[in-house]
Amino acid sequence: MTDQAYNFAYLDEQTKRMIRRAILKGLAIPGYQVPFASREMPMPYGWGTGGVQVSAAVLTPDDRFKVIDQGADDTTNAVSIRSFFERTAGVATTTVTTEATVIQTRHRIPEVPLAEGQILVYQVPIPEPLRFLEPRESETRKMHSLEEYGLMHVKLYEDIARHGHIATSYAYPVKVEGRYVMDPSPIPKFDNPKLADCPAIQLFGAGREQRIYALPPYTQVVSLDFEDHPFEASRADHPCGLCGAVDSYLDEVITDDAGGRMFVCSDTDYCETRQAAGHRGKDAA
Amino acid sequence: MHPQTLEGGFANPAADAAHAFRSVMEAVARPGTIHEITGARPPAPLSPAAGAVLLTLCDTDTPLYLAGAADCDAVRAWLAFHTGAPLAGPSDCMFALGTWDALLPLSAYPKGSPEYPDRSATLIVEAPALSDEGAVLQGPGIRDTARLSLPDIGAFRQNRALFPLGLDFLFTCDGRIAALPRATRVAAPAEMAEAR
Amino acid sequence: MYVAVKGGEAAIRNAHAWLAEERRGDTSVAELSIAQIREQLSLAVNRVMAEGSLYDPDLAALAIKQARGDLIEAVFLIRAYRTTLPRFGATRPVETADMACDRRISATFKDLPGGQILGPTFDYTHRLLDFKLAAEGGKEVQQAEQAGDAAPAPVPHVTGFLNREGLIEEAPRDDTPPPDLTREPLEMPADRALRLQALTRADEGFTLSLAYSTQRGYARNHAFVGELRIGTVAVEMDIPELGFAIDIGEITLTECETVNQFTGSKTEPPQFTRGYGLVFGQTERKAISMALVDRALRWEELGEDDMGAPAQDAEFVLYHSDNIQATGFLEHIKLPHYVDFQSELELVRKLRREAGAEPMQEAAE
Repeated sequence: MTDQAYNFAYLDEQTKRMIRRAILKGLAIPGYQVPFASREMPMPYGWGTGGVQVSAAVLTPDDRFKVIDQGADDTTNAVSIRSFFERTAGVATTTVTTEATVIQTRHRIPEVPLAEGQILVYQVPIPEPLRFLEPRESETRKMHSLEEYGLMHVKLYEDIARHGHIATSYAYPVKVEGRYVMDPSPIPKFDNPKLADCPAIQLFGAGREQRIYALPPYTQVVSLDFEDHPFEASRADHPCGLCGAVDSYLDEVITDDAGGRMFVCSDTDYCETRQAAGHRGKDAA
Repeated sequence: MHPQTLEGGFANPAADAAHAFRSVMEAVARPGTIHEITGARPPAPLSPAAGAVLLTLCDTDTPLYLAGAADCDAVRAWLAFHTGAPLAGPSDCMFALGTWDALLPLSAYPKGSPEYPDRSATLIVEAPALSDEGAVLQGPGIRDTARLSLPDIGAFRQNRALFPLGLDFLFTCDGRIAALPRATRVAAPAEMAEAR
Repeated sequence: MYVAVKGGEAAIRNAHAWLAEERRGDTSVAELSIAQIREQLSLAVNRVMAEGSLYDPDLAALAIKQARGDLIEAVFLIRAYRTTLPRFGATRPVETADMACDRRISATFKDLPGGQILGPTFDYTHRLLDFKLAAEGGKEVQQAEQAGDAAPAPVPHVTGFLNREGLIEEAPRDDTPPPDLTREPLEMPADRALRLQALTRADEGFTLSLAYSTQRGYARNHAFVGELRIGTVAVEMDIPELGFAIDIGEITLTECETVNQFTGSKTEPPQFTRGYGLVFGQTERKAISMALVDRALRWEELGEDDMGAPAQDAEFVLYHSDNIQATGFLEHIKLPHYVDFQSELELVRKLRREAGAEPMQEAAE
């Protein structure tokens, strides 16, 4: 049921055009953050307003839309965003990754490899990978223009010197097509390899920070590292307690107050599909 | 006012623009691929594809340069009514429209600044034909290589050399669209054969 | 056995129903009307209009009611509504020199053309709780005495008097269309028009604190309230079909011009300088704060030293002054972050294992 008080997908056409132009420039300059005149949305900044605006600009009435937060379709904010588009765009929704044409995500990339014809829209809180090294926008913009990324390498190297490892476990910076250093949004670094050579279009929206950026399909995306300390995509060293998967990213669930815990897939669709196919983990019923 | 001025817009603006945008986005995201783009019936000499692109992306915020035959009263009036896009010269435009020869030279258009490479023109090139043969394309959006009938090769190479600055190109022909964003590397088929 | 938490949809529905119930409160107490809020909580309404960037007292009152009196939440409702409104055009700049003043004071001159008008102010009230207001069935309010029936003459701006002597910096008329913060992304460096635009919708508390910090020495600039005026101005719009401008209504504004001591710099002679505040509604704390922060942000164009003070730092001020951006991002940390937290857990465990701090607990599972 579409809410007739608002335009299709909530935003007015002029706003959509502005966002669409930004998306195209983002695709033309992979990894570069295109400034856009983000609008106030009916949900708070920091809760996916960038992703929502990008989704609203790309959705057609024929799409099948999926929303995940932390990999799950049933987390409250995912439910809230999905129902927003059901109400304002009347689009079909799904929880099945392979059936979705547009997927909006917060903090995860689905486990099932994405395909051509799919669009993955990321919600991004802080799009600037250099922000915590240099708080000034005027400075970081200059650094990108000069391809001056020494500060980032120094930071990562200091980690190694102090901890023996790069102590960044999510929002791990990447370099796109050998040019722009990009923040992949706060996905765990386990997901970083999925950014590269992906058949789907990946769009990133940061509403409060007014930035859109993009990765066209099959774009070269490299996680920053050093020859003697190569990038490692890590996960908990357990199978999923419910479906037994050994290749998925896991959430740790505390099951009692005596230190009991179990590990389950964060991607609920992946886990449920595997269980439906008969896979069982040690904690499954 | 010519009655044609009022006609030929999107019948269902939100849905038609959404579909048209997806065609443009797929074309830009996957350089060399050719997509249907429909819904617009602009006056001659504009192609339906170019009309749909203009309706989808242009409005009062986007200065537009009409090159050559595209700069005629019928087109001006149609665009004024349906988009409100202010007309501008090549050096101040955000979008430019015309045939390849009419649009030249490329040096006339804004190509962005090092800090804001996105502030560059997008050229909508009306092409006599569009096919997946001709120049060999490589780069983001392309798994191995793609082919596209381009009007030139050297010009696109020079444009690529400016990266991340540069122009982005949309090619329109009848009801179809393809694109060549600045990140794409372009080679003549013979060069590719030699490289192997 | 473990069952994953489900039912987000039902939980949200129930929470919203509970919220609606709490908003209404005890149903044996009469419900507030929008008109009551508009008329009797008018300073709250003014703040919501100012920070919501939308001049509509009824909508602001509705937002306050819906937000249970949480003014930032009310501002958010107004902003989200405002952004969906179509734009028909821009009005002419309002002429505050023609303002019908309810209040007009100057701290720099004892008496001056147009006079000092105290108006409806809390100034000089004794802040004693008035228990008579708590009594039900309010008394007739004593009417203020009207000074006279004659239409008030235009009240000239105080800074104009100083200007005649060349003692204050020029503020030449500039008809360049200002940038529009709500239609273009904020870009640094921001010119004064853009900074003022951000400040007028900035959070009152943040602006107040910044202004206060300048008074305590963080980029002190010795501000005098040259003039503070509150009143109504006509809003005019050019109608292209008519070829002239017509009055489309009037709005209440608060304007503050500060006169700041300035001993001169490498580029400028000694003279007084200006800070400017202009805010929707009767919002004088905000307008004065705005003028002080505006003046502090002008250090560069006046050739002053960068003291490293927060109020001088345009990036810091403009990127952090919007309470809708701030509250959204602050409160988003309530959202689940367990994926990121999990990756941090793995990292900390790994580092501790390698540091020999943690027994091989993993192996015991």
